[in-house]
Amino acid sequence: MIEIINVIILAFMVIIAVAIVRVQNLFAAIILTGFYSLLSAGMFVILDAVDVAFTEAAVGAGMTTVIMLGTLLLTSSDEKQSDRWSPWPLLAVLLLGGLLIYGTLDMPMYGDPASPVHAHVVAPRYIQESPEEIGVPNMVTAVLASYRGYDTLGETTVIFTAGIGLLLLIGSGFRFRNKRNAP
Amino acid sequence: MSNHIILRIVAKLLIPFVLLFGLYVQFHGDYGPGGGFQAGVIFAGGFILYALIFGIDTAKQIIHPNLIQFLVAFGVLLYAGTGFASILLGGNFLDYNVLSHDPIHGQHLGILLVELGVGITVAAVMMATFFCFAGRSPKT
Repeated sequence: MIEIINVIILAFMVIIAVAIVRVQNLFAAIILTGFYSLLSAGMFVILDAVDVAFTEAAVGAGMTTVIMLGTLLLTSSDEKQSDRWSPWPLLAVLLLGGLLIYGTLDMPMYGDPASPVHAHVVAPRYIQESPEEIGVPNMVTAVLASYRGYDTLGETTVIFTAGIGLLLLIGSGFRFRNKRNAP
Repeated sequence: MSNHIILRIVAKLLIPFVLLFGLYVQFHGDYGPGGGFQAGVIFAGGFILYALIFGIDTAKQIIHPNLIQFLVAFGVLLYAGTGFASILLGGNFLDYNVLSHDPIHGQHLGILLVELGVGITVAAVMMATFFCFAGRSPKT
């Protein structure tokens, strides 16, 4: 049963990816990327990674779509047509895609108990000790916020830095557009 | 968007639930899926929905850009401050065991505080990002 759902979702993802390439209207392309993110969130749920699925649905399908639509206001809503046909983009995409698929050959099979993630000493420790040490039912939260608190602090700093950089670079629209509207 | 009465009414009905769901994801992240990052995005999503329907300047009157700028930094400070608080109480950096009278309560308190820090920074950065992009006037 789960295989059928997998095949349906993956088939839809491929169809949407092809549609994004084919479609000329950028508004449609952005909405399609939102659908693509929602489907990959569904894939993550099937892989039992609910926290990742949550992030993908909120950021990929929600936030990114809105920000891309906001960007679309500043440009035209149709893709610019080029007259010349050049083989280089196609070649680059095929080469990169081939390299990525070649890279996946080295990855462990899904659910392989001998894979490094499961064989490493910390994973069993998190699973066995975290209920007594942390007492938080969601083990992902225990790992992210407590065992790996340094990493999460680093991630938060990255988001902070990104926000500051954005405000510095294109922060002109961040303030009130004219002083009249200010309260 | 201001003339679309159905959008306005539906958005008004939805926004409280979006914000409430964001808070639920924030404070229920210890028990179910979710946490500060997802909660921040959902919470910011409520404000962005408001800004999309009622206009960006109206949204800026509800959450002032100065407040957003403050919150961007405040979340990181709250996170790092929790770490320094645990140093001052005699533990290591981000060692929550010393934050309360027993280690489990300390861990709960520490996780709550750092997740809140993550949530605040993420929500503020998301709103700032949206205001930056949507506040620019199109080229004429």
